[in-house]
Amino acid sequence: MAKINLNRQPMPKQPLESRKNNFDEVALGYTPEQALEEASRCLQCPKPPCVAGCPVGIDIPDFIKALREHDMPEATHILKRKNSLPGICGRVCPQESQCEKSCVLAKKGAPVAIGRLERYVADWERSHPELVRKQGAHIDHHGKKIAIVGSGPAGLSCSAQLAQMGYEVTIFEALHSAGGVLTYGIPSFRLPKDIVQGEIDYVKSLGVEIQLDQVIGKISTVDDILKNGYAAVFLAPGAGAPMFLNIPGENLNGIYSANEFLTRINLMKAYLFPEYDTPIKTGNRVAVIGGGNVAMDAARCAVRLGAEKVYIIYRRSRTEMPARQEERENAEEEGVIFTLLTNPKRFIGDDRGKLTAIELYKMKLGEHDDTGRRRPITIPESEFTIDIDTAIVALGTKPNPLIPSSTTDLDLTRWGSVKTDAATGRTSKDSVWCGGDMATGAATVISAMGAGKIAATSIDSYLKNTG
Amino acid sequence: MSYRIIAKKDLAQGIHLLRVEAPAIASKAQAGQFTMVRGDEKGERIPITIADWDKQEGSITIVFMEVGATTKKLACLNVGDTLLNFVGPLGRPTEIKSFGTVACVAGGFAIATIVPIARAMKQAGNRVISIMGFRTKDLVFWEDRLKEVSDNLIITTDDGSYKRKGLVTEPLEELLEQDTINRVIAIGPTIMMKACSTTTMSFGVKTMVSLNPIMVDGTGMCGSCRVSIGGKTMFACVDGPDFDGHAVDWDLLMNRQRIYLDEERESQRLLEKRLRPEF
Repeated sequence: MAKINLNRQPMPKQPLESRKNNFDEVALGYTPEQALEEASRCLQCPKPPCVAGCPVGIDIPDFIKALREHDMPEATHILKRKNSLPGICGRVCPQESQCEKSCVLAKKGAPVAIGRLERYVADWERSHPELVRKQGAHIDHHGKKIAIVGSGPAGLSCSAQLAQMGYEVTIFEALHSAGGVLTYGIPSFRLPKDIVQGEIDYVKSLGVEIQLDQVIGKISTVDDILKNGYAAVFLAPGAGAPMFLNIPGENLNGIYSANEFLTRINLMKAYLFPEYDTPIKTGNRVAVIGGGNVAMDAARCAVRLGAEKVYIIYRRSRTEMPARQEERENAEEEGVIFTLLTNPKRFIGDDRGKLTAIELYKMKLGEHDDTGRRRPITIPESEFTIDIDTAIVALGTKPNPLIPSSTTDLDLTRWGSVKTDAATGRTSKDSVWCGGDMATGAATVISAMGAGKIAATSIDSYLKNTG
Repeated sequence: MSYRIIAKKDLAQGIHLLRVEAPAIASKAQAGQFTMVRGDEKGERIPITIADWDKQEGSITIVFMEVGATTKKLACLNVGDTLLNFVGPLGRPTEIKSFGTVACVAGGFAIATIVPIARAMKQAGNRVISIMGFRTKDLVFWEDRLKEVSDNLIITTDDGSYKRKGLVTEPLEELLEQDTINRVIAIGPTIMMKACSTTTMSFGVKTMVSLNPIMVDGTGMCGSCRVSIGGKTMFACVDGPDFDGHAVDWDLLMNRQRIYLDEERESQRLLEKRLRPEF
């Protein structure tokens, strides 16, 4: 048996001082030497627990073995067999709670850096297109048409899978660029847009057609699509509508939803104003409300736009924060101030309707609640204010009503999401499947991709059985 | 997708009409809905109301006024050019049914928005009385179009250079006093819609307005266009753009429309420098 090596290779990062002033990627990726060293740590377990920890079931030890043997085309091939977007997943998957959590070496505190290796292989592929084996070379086309609503992670993974099974796949995307949250939501310093574009181009190379500017529910309905010769529809429009706090002053000038703030920056390139026409206002003192990855993204964008003080306002403690540890560390390194156990009471503005301060309650933690986390409790008469000129509300999203309200026979949950069978992705409506945030509420890129794959398999077996 | 411009017309000083090839949007468009338009790769997405549609030709007509850099750039496009992105039909259509007598009030270039609404109201069996107001005579357009779909048409200009001198609220008030009006539709600059709503309030006549806050995606995703209606926050892009004028928080709307004034000026300055480098 190989000697156990607990020396997990660190990720090289862009230096702190420069990265605070640009939107370039922070994590730079392994060098070939680091990748080989890290790959050599894999124990090649005969019954690998890591594979079970991966929502799309990548054959992790196999791709690592190929990498170790310097067979990069083979490593790429193994990855892509199960995951059509490895460059994206290698960067934004929460590996620490999935594959790496299940790694045997995790018990010793040093799991194999599977995500970083995945990224390394995906990046190698991008820079060596001539050496990559064609995945879709032997597709047996049978002419059945499938419509996918939304080109985010769920839609892309479902499309890639179905295209490889020989279906004619069309994606209807509401925005002017494909990618969903990968494009409008996650900032380029965490997920460069050329990586996203490269993986979308790969999905297109499998024969998937992407129609932009198509707001389903408006330009056509799900029922229209089914009448127009599509055998099945997979709904993956994302969660959609941003949640606000419903406290006084929330509509003052200077208060953004995280969706708006990030869309202006990532999709519309407002950070390049006035070269790009879309403006954004980031003042000097910014409060981001929320403790998830989106909150970290918004806070780190505010740092890059030149804010002097950026606060994270979170009502529980560090332990309960949903953001990935890596993102929390990056944010704190970049100077973001964590104001924990505080909850907004109201926003305060001047006589011109401009935000000037936020009033907060201090909180303490009580008993454990349904989510298994300790419930935050308001401490009476604990109010204090912080002067701010911008606030970004990052509390998650609720389902956008456009599709539910325009589709017949589609059962919804009481939260307004689409009732979906988790094992198959099927909805109450014939020939309609659903996955991603619209089915589950806001979750991760990889869980949406997993849902896309499950739906693709279910669609295929359904259509085979019904002829 | 190619959204080719098949006709262009300058309707008045700074007000332009584009007829755009968009068969799928045309097949679904209804009165009161809008489109999101992006002219070029670096451009903003802006909402523009649908002024007309032709299902047979597969076209959508939009009318806009030059107010900032983005609309100035759109005004430079010509027949044969294409819009980079054209999304629609967005928003809920205007509520059209047989109310009895409907007053359609429009200010400035919103005439283009009210014409299809007045037409639909007429087709639904209403008696339609229209009031259109302009700053001055040179800005008047589509008088004939609105006349065609109205039982009566009243025109005002602020300076009295054409027809009746004054604001649209004056003939509106007279109408409410002398006639039985069952519904009012008021569309135009925010201040004008607010004034119309104030006028109709004491008469208790339901007044629908079409709000125009700043939007980014136009599909309910960002909340930039949030407005307060009867104390409740709503998104104009998916819950509107039509709302009950008596429930709108007008001051909030006007404040939110001013968020980017500085940036708009900066963009305009740069655009003018580019268009006329000698200055």
